[in-house]
Amino acid sequence: MSVPMVEARALTKRFGPFVAVDGIDFTIEQGEAFGFLGPNGAGKTSTMRMIGCVSPRSGGVLRVLGDDPEDDGPSIRARLGVVPQEDNLDTELTVWDNLMIYGRYFDLPRAEIRERAAELLEFVQLSDRRDSRVDPLSGGMKRRLTIARSLINRPEVLLLDEPTTGLDPQARHLVWDRLYRLKRTGVTLVLTTHYMDEAEQLCDRLVIMDNASIVAEGSPRQLIADNVTREVVEVRLDIDADPASEVARLKRFGDRIEALADRVLVYTDDGDTTAGAVVSDGFDPASVLVRRASLEDVFLTLTGRTLED
Amino acid sequence: MSTPPLIRVVEREALVYVRLWRGLAFSTFVQPTLYLAAMGIGLGGLVSAHSGRVDGLAYLDFIAPGLLVASAMQLAAGESMWPVLGGAKWMRQFHGVVATPIGPGELYGGFVLWTTLRSMLGAAAFLFVAALLGAVPSAWGVLAIPAAGSCAAAFCAPLTAFSITQDSDLSFPMIMRLGVLPLFLFSGTFFPINQLPTGLRPFAALSPLWHGVELARAATTGRFDAVAVVVHVAVLVGCVVVSAWFGVRAFARRLSS
Repeated sequence: MSVPMVEARALTKRFGPFVAVDGIDFTIEQGEAFGFLGPNGAGKTSTMRMIGCVSPRSGGVLRVLGDDPEDDGPSIRARLGVVPQEDNLDTELTVWDNLMIYGRYFDLPRAEIRERAAELLEFVQLSDRRDSRVDPLSGGMKRRLTIARSLINRPEVLLLDEPTTGLDPQARHLVWDRLYRLKRTGVTLVLTTHYMDEAEQLCDRLVIMDNASIVAEGSPRQLIADNVTREVVEVRLDIDADPASEVARLKRFGDRIEALADRVLVYTDDGDTTAGAVVSDGFDPASVLVRRASLEDVFLTLTGRTLED
Repeated sequence: MSTPPLIRVVEREALVYVRLWRGLAFSTFVQPTLYLAAMGIGLGGLVSAHSGRVDGLAYLDFIAPGLLVASAMQLAAGESMWPVLGGAKWMRQFHGVVATPIGPGELYGGFVLWTTLRSMLGAAAFLFVAALLGAVPSAWGVLAIPAAGSCAAAFCAPLTAFSITQDSDLSFPMIMRLGVLPLFLFSGTFFPINQLPTGLRPFAALSPLWHGVELARAATTGRFDAVAVVVHVAVLVGCVVVSAWFGVRAFARRLSS
């Protein structure tokens, strides 16, 4: 039986009277991609900082790579890779120097760092930029460099805090692709995100966080199966329709409905039939769209709110 | 063989310095030349013509060690403010460091150590220019370099500890104007502190700069009193030790809380 990569019991973080993380439990196994999904302020970053051994816990139990961050912070950090939410590269230095400096923080021999840096730049597709300064690089390139930097010590666990926030779609897909490849090499990925598509794409297992607590846990597919119907009919209402009466009328079409600011979601196992029924019943909505249920719907069902509000 | 974390922090700072050295080297040599030319030769010529000597020294010989240490202090003070806030808030590299095996206290120590070394580099350049101008009568003069270094550390250690607690750089120009500049002027740099009104003399003796200048002057002139040297060193070391106690905690609070 292998030791879990990260294990937390009743893990708590307080800042004065404010409770950022309120007694959460989770276990992250070797080789999996584990996600913390939740809106901003849910406690994801605080949790990551505790796992990264840069923020002491206020209560509960935490083991990272089998050790207690309170006693063994530096030796645990030597085996972790960290991709922070905000880039903290040395922007006035070159891509190459950034990797050299970071490798030295881990006390790796220079020859070793040079070898790894060349490989890593290849991996994140920045080999042709090795001698350019960091400052003029695009957001996506900086992110990839930060990922390369986080791998310089060949970490067993890679912590990624909102790895693609602020990137354009193309840059996001490139980052996702690299993270997939990493996972295949056996690195355990731990990431936070408030993008449900990122969680669905990358995570084998995830917990949904809201208000400093975990509200659900499972694989993306299992979370959807357990909490919502297979499909969703999105009914976009006419501007001058009266939402309250429309919602009341739509109720009978689905197992459950959610009213958002600009549209109503009707949860059903057969989207096409439901959509047909809605239209043939004399409704005249601005648009009707059938889609598969997502983690966004799970979050909405469990908390009554959307992820990005 | 493992390298101590403090040294690994210094390596980073040194690499940044090496990469940017051209711009920095210019000011390293030009500033002492300008200071010594204006104060030592220009003003010094006037002093010599009127009253002869200051504390038994030619004015150039008197002022050279003062300016040497004062420059080290100014450099250390500047380096201990904006770059510290930059590392914590604007550029955030400090957060990258503490994610590695290096802890916040070691980052603080490495930062102060580097600033000390860098001001010693500046002091060496200053000493070189001063020697060329004939302002260093004694071979003990090389000891002015560690004197400048200890003075720089005595400023860097508390200011770095302070800067890491700040959320903006609003207070920094104030510190420069109301703290560093008065010390620069009244710490026995340009004139002996016995020229100050009697009531003010003890205050000058509280200034770390005065202790640093006295040490450097003892070195460059070769005239010293052993007891005074021990006291000066003790004061400067004391400043560093007390500040480090706060600095280590302040860095942990800001970067690892």
